[in-house]
Amino acid sequence: MKQDTDMNRRRFLGQTAGVAGLTIVPGVMLYEVQARPADQAASSSVRWGMLIDTRQCDTGCTDCVTACKTENGWGSTETKSSPEQQAQWIRKVKLTDKQTGHVQSLPLMCQHCETPPCVDVCPTGASMKRADGIVLVDKHICIGCRYCMMACPYKARSFIHEPLTDQKPHAPRGVGTVESCTLCVHRIDKDGTPACVEACNAEGHKAMYFGNLNDPDSDISKHLKQHGGEQIRADLGLNTGVRYQGL
Amino acid sequence: MKAIRYLQIEGRSVGYYALLGILGLIVAAGGLAALYMEHNGHYVTGMNNQIVWGIPHVFAVFLIIAASGALNVASISSVFNKKAYKPLALLSAFLSVCLLLGGLTVLVLDLGQPDRLIIAMTLYNFKSIFAWNMILYNGFIAVVAVYIWFMMEKRMNKYSRYAGFTAFFWRLMLTTGTGSIFGFIVARQAYDAAIMAPMFVIMSLSYGLAIFILVMMASYHWSERELGDATVRRMTNLLGVFIAAVLYFTLTYHLTNLYVTENHGVEAFILRDGGLYTQLFWIGTILIGGLLPLFLIYFPATAKNRKMISAACVMVILGGLATLYVIIIGGQAYPLEMFPGKIVESSFFDGGIKAYTPTLAEILLGTGGFALSLIMVALVVKILRVLPDNMADANVDPHY
Amino acid sequence: MVFFCKYMHKLVTLAGVSLLLPLTSQAVDLMPVIPKAKGQQCVESTDKMRRNHMEYILHQRNDTLRKGIRTPKYSLKKCIECHNAPDKDNRVAHISSKQDHFCSSCHTYVAVKIDCFECHADKPKKTQYHPTSREGH
Repeated sequence: MKQDTDMNRRRFLGQTAGVAGLTIVPGVMLYEVQARPADQAASSSVRWGMLIDTRQCDTGCTDCVTACKTENGWGSTETKSSPEQQAQWIRKVKLTDKQTGHVQSLPLMCQHCETPPCVDVCPTGASMKRADGIVLVDKHICIGCRYCMMACPYKARSFIHEPLTDQKPHAPRGVGTVESCTLCVHRIDKDGTPACVEACNAEGHKAMYFGNLNDPDSDISKHLKQHGGEQIRADLGLNTGVRYQGL
Repeated sequence: MKAIRYLQIEGRSVGYYALLGILGLIVAAGGLAALYMEHNGHYVTGMNNQIVWGIPHVFAVFLIIAASGALNVASISSVFNKKAYKPLALLSAFLSVCLLLGGLTVLVLDLGQPDRLIIAMTLYNFKSIFAWNMILYNGFIAVVAVYIWFMMEKRMNKYSRYAGFTAFFWRLMLTTGTGSIFGFIVARQAYDAAIMAPMFVIMSLSYGLAIFILVMMASYHWSERELGDATVRRMTNLLGVFIAAVLYFTLTYHLTNLYVTENHGVEAFILRDGGLYTQLFWIGTILIGGLLPLFLIYFPATAKNRKMISAACVMVILGGLATLYVIIIGGQAYPLEMFPGKIVESSFFDGGIKAYTPTLAEILLGTGGFALSLIMVALVVKILRVLPDNMADANVDPHY
Repeated sequence: MVFFCKYMHKLVTLAGVSLLLPLTSQAVDLMPVIPKAKGQQCVESTDKMRRNHMEYILHQRNDTLRKGIRTPKYSLKKCIECHNAPDKDNRVAHISSKQDHFCSSCHTYVAVKIDCFECHADKPKKTQYHPTSREGH
């Protein structure tokens, strides 16, 4: 029940924000350009989300994964850890239907749930969700207990098993803490698009969309309205920010 | 009937110092292992991003729930007013605190950032059962400390019953909280079951009492004090009931899962195809941790033999460790059900059974915690007047 | 507690000053060598920064991470850009260098351990470590 009110409030706020945007400069679409000044906090009138069209996603393609590694500096940084211990923020998953043999391919990462289990279980509040729906780890207060990794239904999180050096200035990550996809929050705060989505579109695959789910006129919302979009483990009712088509 | 006299053990024998020495070495090895893990990072362990909790957690959870169970004797004496248990209530309370401290030490030293313990103690997310457990564990130590004080201080004796009540309810909450760590995990097939909480309560009663009986018999045997058969018999009878209850809960848990089609996969894994996990379940939990000790406790020829009773208690402890290994590590080894009906493959080991090989460091950390608990008990019975000097049957009226 | 801390702070400063007084001439080499920063002026006066920099970045870290406020003034990234600025060969100091890294030089001197750089970059984007600035390598 609470969840519904919350969603309604958000939708309402989103709409008012949209109307405000319209009336300021009539005829100019302001929603896609979410210009937020640096000193202003992220707001719950926005909910960032992603849509992945698995039908456009090629089994052999890993452009999104490569882009994420380059952007956030993971992948070759953990030299002592075993492959099972190395962090993966995003991975390509191949699905083969046991009955029909139908093969699908999709990228899997943090699903940025509206009610994230990782945030629920975190003892210190290090696992957190920003007002605009981005789920992050506050590594300043992460004690490395890994309960969030136990609780995540998507296995989206990684623990850092060795000291790291030479991190990217915009993507801090270090030993003894948990990390996962940040939805490229540092890019989003500068009106950018997550690196994976950018790479996918730059190569012309058109399998990934990014945008504001609270804005009915955003590209992603229109796509979702027209073609639908499923959640992985929808049975858990987490209302994920990442949706899939052709699942 | 004589009045109960509490006396320190002499603690000057070669045997006592040898015991301290051996336990001290194990504790030291555990400490070094923790330093080594903290200095290098967790890559020196077998834990990884698939099996995120390993051997240290098996030991930590075992010690924590055993701590609650070790309080059985004290609870029975104060809450259920059984006089026969009264003389041993102090030992029971001390053992309980020592076990909890040992378990918590392991848990904390396994953290990715153990030096940030202060954060865990000051920042609480009250929706997290883990955060609640920090309060439950610390509170338990405080409550039992007061209980001990009321029992040891003559002027406060009259209040010890109330402290005992508080401790009794607190320990039930503590084990409920610990079981809920797993019960509240919706993501994994082996967890996400309300039965986890009561099952952990029952497991705690059994494991804790087994450790208590062993510690009690060893203390009396090594200090050459008398311990009557009737006292031991009462406790082993109770242990038998708890062992049977654990078996019952295990049966119910698996039967419930087996009825639900979506859980057939994980059940087949644990009960039939899981290799080590399957063996640990059938041989560890069921045979060594359940049927064999039950037999030893109730079969007339072995029931009165102290060696056999010790063996039964050791079996319960080993079975308990096996049970927690299967629950904690087996539960993670089975893949997450993200895409029902599909074969799942990825670079991040989705879909397959996850492998886990513990390294020496994490095993030493776990055993170090166990030894830490025991060395504390050994010191307590030497320094404080905890152990009644004579527990012969004639002395304690075990039938009351 | 806060009162106590303030009091302690004064006491420590006092003790420090009284200890240093008779040593001023010979003790110069015991003082930390603080590398020069890029630019003319820090975001606050040197006095304020010495006393309060930890408060500034603590406040900023919560604002940035939890709310997405990314004002440059107290940003750790900006600290590093000025205080570990690259030389003409685009080389900078590594955090393990007690001589050359701005943060380490002072923190080693006052024996206060920081774990900022377990996660954060200790150098500006697209710079190289000076080959001799990494201790233990």
